[in-house]
This record gives sequence, structure tokens and C-alpha cells, in this order.
Amino acid sequence: MPDLDETPVLSVRDLNVRFGRNSIPAVSNVSFDVGRERIGIVGESGSGKSTTGRAIMRLLPQRAAVTAERMDFLGSPLLEKTERQMGGLRGKDIALIMQDPRYSLNPVLTIGKQVAEAAKLHLGVRGKDAVARARDMLARVRINDPDRVLSLYPHQISGGMGQRVMIAMMLLARPKLVIADEPTSALDVSVRKDVLMLLDELVRENNSGLILISHDIRMVAAFCERILVMYSGRVVETLSRLEDAAHPYTRGLIAAMPDPKHPVRRLKVLDRKSIEVETNP
Amino acid sequence: MSNIVQDDAIIRPPAIGTRIWNSTSRILHKLADEPLGMMGFIILAILVVVAIFAPLIAPYDPAAQTLSDALQPPSFAHLAGTDEFGRDIFSRLVHGTRITIQTVLSVSVIVGPIGLVIGVVAGFFGGRTDAILMRATDIVLSFPSLILALAFAAALGAGLGTAIVAISLTAWPPIARLARAEALVVRNADYVAAARLYGASPLRILLLYIAPMCIPSVIVRLTLNMAGIILTAASLGFLGLGAQPPLPEWGAMISSGRKFMLDYWWVAVMPGVAILLTSLAFNIAGDTLRDLLDPRHARS
Amino acid sequence: MIKVENLDVVYGAKDKSNHVVRGVSFAVSRGETLGIVGESGCGKSTVLRSLAGLEGAWTGSISFDGKPVGKVRTREELKLAQMVFQDPYGSLHPRHRIGTALAEPIRSMGGGDGWARVAEALQQVGLPAHFASRFPHELSGGQRQRVAIARALILSPPILLLDEPTSALDVSIQAEVLNLLADQREDRNLTFILVSHDLSVISHMCDRVLVMQNGVFVDELSREDLQAGVTHASYSRELFEASFL
Repeated sequence: MPDLDETPVLSVRDLNVRFGRNSIPAVSNVSFDVGRERIGIVGESGSGKSTTGRAIMRLLPQRAAVTAERMDFLGSPLLEKTERQMGGLRGKDIALIMQDPRYSLNPVLTIGKQVAEAAKLHLGVRGKDAVARARDMLARVRINDPDRVLSLYPHQISGGMGQRVMIAMMLLARPKLVIADEPTSALDVSVRKDVLMLLDELVRENNSGLILISHDIRMVAAFCERILVMYSGRVVETLSRLEDAAHPYTRGLIAAMPDPKHPVRRLKVLDRKSIEVETNP
Repeated sequence: MSNIVQDDAIIRPPAIGTRIWNSTSRILHKLADEPLGMMGFIILAILVVVAIFAPLIAPYDPAAQTLSDALQPPSFAHLAGTDEFGRDIFSRLVHGTRITIQTVLSVSVIVGPIGLVIGVVAGFFGGRTDAILMRATDIVLSFPSLILALAFAAALGAGLGTAIVAISLTAWPPIARLARAEALVVRNADYVAAARLYGASPLRILLLYIAPMCIPSVIVRLTLNMAGIILTAASLGFLGLGAQPPLPEWGAMISSGRKFMLDYWWVAVMPGVAILLTSLAFNIAGDTLRDLLDPRHARS
Repeated sequence: MIKVENLDVVYGAKDKSNHVVRGVSFAVSRGETLGIVGESGCGKSTVLRSLAGLEGAWTGSISFDGKPVGKVRTREELKLAQMVFQDPYGSLHPRHRIGTALAEPIRSMGGGDGWARVAEALQQVGLPAHFASRFPHELSGGQRQRVAIARALILSPPILLLDEPTSALDVSIQAEVLNLLADQREDRNLTFILVSHDLSVISHMCDRVLVMQNGVFVDELSREDLQAGVTHASYSRELFEASFL
């Protein structure tokens, strides 16, 4: 299948999400394609970036009305799938890595059991094979002594280690699309880089697409080929380099971040009125 | 500075009356979305009204004996039938509401503050204070409540007053434990740290910062406890250690009715239904109150 | 203004003790802003809480304005240093109106009912006076943090201790709060100690930065060092590189 790399992994056109009937849309008319690449979705809290990620995974609560002209994963529409089909897809073909490993790992099972369970579920291996796969995968995410970590409980490992375990679990089945929702926000600065590098390496190796959702525009810019900037539910701009930013929101966001190399006495603050004018002409 | 003086009206919190009215109307609005909880509160409201106007509602004197009418089945003349002395059971149930409400309220008024104070003090001060108070609570908690109440009623003589004291004696430990658990969480909050930094005295922190956070869950727990209190009071009445005849206490009524249970079912069943309805209403109301007052338990 | 010598904090009993802060010493002069940067668990917050008087297990000496302070503070000592906490959702009492929250420090210090100062305090942090009648849940995170700053400043302390004051906020809100802090520092000639894991915030605000690891300071960086990216220890090099990808 030589042309497989040409088709986008995920293609979204006019995605709308509404909570409740009369409320303002949380996401409106969001369109983008994800190929075998890394794209970033950047925005502040309430911009709809996480909602977009969850809408793709179909993980939003019942009362959320999700509509899209098109939301195709490898050519097949996600919105028409049954809950059962989605269950088969999640974790196997589309993986979601969440912010805090302390909440996404089951506290009463050992790491080994949880990773082996993922192997059983998605790879169809059993017993010793599953444990062996789990061990390999932990070694793959550069955990030095996987045998010891396998027998630990989530509360016994650090945040950085926990996120590696999550990555191991999620990428075990070599998913075609990885959605990472603020994967490093709960981690210490010095391990952030390692976790991102690791994620990048594995995604490249599997030749899959990655959507990195974050509030940190500089980190995303350093890491992704394309950046979607979201503001109040809309994509206001798609960038490949921060320097090209034209929208006042993006520029404001960049200017609001302190930069030690260019010290200023006062930081620029967002001029929300002009942003409103620009986004709703 | 002149505008600051003008602003004074909007800076001071509104009077206590308006504040209570505001929060009540807010809760009523939320209650409108919960039909079942609404039912619970409506039943309780009816009970209170019945208790207040009992002499007006009851068609007969609850203690008047008409032996010629003894053990009549329910009819239009006697809505719930009559008992072995020819007393109208419906009238007795209506008057019994007073006893029930009185018992429930007295116990709650005694138990709530005691439990709250012990729990909050134990949780806030911690250390030895906590250990002593909580061990005392554990000891009381390990008594079977009915047996303790029995012993107490036997020692002080049977009667409604003793029943109330006896039930109160065993009902405060769960409240104290709950208040302590809440206080333990609240005491580590940043706003308490800030209060310590600006020199608030421990008493001030206890009264103005910690206690207000514990009160909602204590109220919820008290409401849920009320069902249990009714049952314990009825059990004591059933055993002859609660309200004494001829007082129309529901438990005592079942007790006297059990002798005729097979032939004249209504004598025991009618007060049973009253107990069932009332404790159910308290349970539903308590559950709803928890959803309304405690956002952590709210259904999404 | 602030002088700390051989500050040691040990938690727990002898056999399972946890030595969180290991004999640190530093001094901050009036009007200066000192930053302490480090990762979670390095002891930076513990240093700050010991300075504030919230920590009881320290040894060594702390003095404000030349006067040594003990573990239990008097009202006068408390008035010297106030603190702003990280989480704007946890640092305001959920059942106290904003006006009450601002009047409470004055009342606790025995300075009357405090209402007269509320409007002024709100205006100083850029909030309208009618916010006084609102509850914390009716405010956004940035507005709450402004209230927390107003509350810390209402006793006019010469020293403000800032524990990650913006790490729970969005970048654009962070800029507003940092500007507010910088303005107040200028207006009132405040002395700040700012604790954060975010090197860019620290370098924006601070004249001098101490890098902390495992309870000790491993490096001291001046404003010029930060601008030029100069570091003197391998750990701070690592931290520096990780912070600016």
C-alpha cells in the first residue's frame, strides 16, 4: 500500500460541540487534517482544545452534541461508529494520553498487570507473553529496571515514570493516531523534555499521527510541524512557525510570555476587545 | 474618597434576612428539578402541618374510648378503623405525628451541636485532643444503640423524655466522626493557612472558617439519621419503654395491635404505614439535601 | 530586610526522618526580589512556609528588618510578611464574600470591622468595588488571585512571600498578575521572595535567583546571568535547558 502515507490519518471538517441545547458552542467549525505528522493544538483554558481531543475519541458525555460535516479516521467516519466499534478503536488505533498519570492509572493494580492487560486486549497475547510484551515496552520507554517497575503500584512511582508507563501502555498497540492532552503539564521541568522526546520517537517509529494539546505555545512550536491556535472554540490561526503569527490573539499570547533573553519591565497583556473584533467580524 | 463612601452599601454584605431568603430561594429552584426529592419534602411539610393542627384535623379525641365501636374495620366513619378500646386509629395517628416530630426534632437539636463541636474540635486541634475525643466516640459507637437506650430507659423510668435522652446519647458519634473528617480536610486548606498568617485566633478560625464548612454535611447526615431516630423511638415504644399509654405513639400502637394482628390487621398496619412513610420521606429528603448542599455528591 | 541563617527543616521522627531543607542561608535587601527555583519536592515551598511562620519544625535563625522572629509569631511579626498561595481556588474561603475575605485580616488584627478599606483594596488590584459582594466561585482564577494579593497587601506588609502565584493561571492572565505584582512592588517598595518551578517567570520578576535541589542551594544567578544564559552548576544548566526548549 504505497499511497497509504498520502491519505490523512484523521480528517475533520466543521466540527461543532455544544453542551446543552441553548448554550454557546464549546467548539465551532473546527477543521483540520492530521497526516503522519505532529500537529499541536494550543489555547488557554476554555478554548475548546481538550473538548476537540475528546470529541475525536468520542469520550464526551451524552449531553454534548457533537456534529461534523466530516470526521474521518483512515477514511471511515468516526461519528457513525457504534459505541462497541469505538471501544475496539480506542487504545488500539487511537490512543489518548492524559495530563496526570496519577489519575489515569488504576491505583489498586500493579503497573505490570495494567500494561499486560493492555497487551492482552490489543495484541491478543496471553499470560507470560503479555507480561513479556509489557516488560519490553517498559524497556522501550527507557525505564531502566522494568522488572522492578512491573511489580510496583502507581503511587510508588514518580510522575515522570508514571507518564512513561502511560505512554508504554498507550503505544503498545502501535496506534495510528495519538492524542496527547497536556502530557507534560503535571511533570517537573527536567523530565518534560525526556517525555516529549520519547513520545516523538515512538510516534515517528510507528509512523503515526500525533495531536499534541497544550497551553504552552513555545513547547508546541518546538515540537510540532503545524500549530492550530484555538480561541473561544474556534481555530483562529494555523501556523508552522511562531514568527509567522498574524492573529492578534496569537501575537498577544506570545508577547504575554516572559522571555529571559528579552527582559521587559511590564509584560504585554491581551487586548481582548480587538481579538473579539478580529474573530467575529 | 467620596466614591468609596458611596460604595459602602455594596461592600457590606446584605442583611442576614435577605441572605437567608436568597439561599432558600436558590435551593427551592434547584429542588424544582428533583421531583422525588420534592415529594419527600412535601410529605415532611404535610407532617409538620398535621402535627401543628392535630386537634383540628383529628375527627375524634385520640384517647376517647367507645367500647361498643371496638375493632371496627376502616370505613368512612373511622378512616383507619378503631382499636381494641374503640379509639379512632386515624385520630391517634394524627396526634402521634406530634410525638414523632417532637422526638425527631429534640434528638436532632441535641445531637447536631454536640456532634459538630466534638468533631470539629477533634479535627482542628488534632494530637492528644483528637485521640481522647475520638476514643470516647468509639466507645459510645460500640454500644448497640437500642440496648443502651433500653438500659437508660430502664434506669430512669420509661417515658418520652427518657427515650429522647437515650436516643441522643447514642446518635451523636456518627455526626462527630463526619464533622471531624470534614475538619481534617478544611484545616489544611490554604485559606486557613492565610487566616493564621493574618493573625486570626484559633477560636476565630474554628468558628468562622472551619465550622461553616462542616455544617452542610452535618445537616444532611442529621436528616438521614431522622429516619433511624423514628425507628428507634418506635422500637422503644413497641417495647413499652418510650411514650406511655394512653399517648398515641406509633411504635406503642403497633405493639398493642400485634395481639390482634391476624384478625384485625389495621390496628398494627396503619401505624406501621405511618412509620414507613415518614422515615422514607426523611431518607429521600436527606438524599436530596445532600445533592443540593454538597456539590461533591451532586449528579452531573 | 530578610536574613536567614542555617535554616534546617526536618519532618518526622528520628528513624524515618525526612530532611527537607538542609542548612540554607540567604539574605534579601529591601526592595529586592529573590527567586527560588527548583522542582517539586526540593524544599523551596518549605523555605517559604518557614519564613511565613506556617512551618513549626525548623531550626536556625530568621530575621525580618533586623529583628529575629520565632516559630510562633506575634501580631507585629505577622504584619511584616504575608503570603500569596499557588491555588487561587483554595486560598479563598468558599463561603466568605470577597468583602469579608478582605476585611478579615483587619478584624483578626483587632483593627475594627475593616469594611472601610475593602473598596480601596479592590481598586488597587484592578477590580471594581462591587466585587465585594460576590463569592469566590463567581470569579475567574485570575480575579481570585488578585483578591488574594489584595488580602495579603491589606495589612501593608513590607515583605510579600509568593508561592507559585501564577502557575495555576493561563499565560495571558499570568502576565496581568505579574504586572500587578511588579506595580505594587514599585508603589510600596515591597520585598518579594518568589518561589516557582518556572524559570521564565522567575527571571522576569527577580533580581537574583537561587537554584534549589534536594534541600540545598546549588547555584546563584544574577539577572545578567539569566539574560546571557550563564550558569555555574550542572543542575541549573539542565534546568535552564529543559525550561527553554
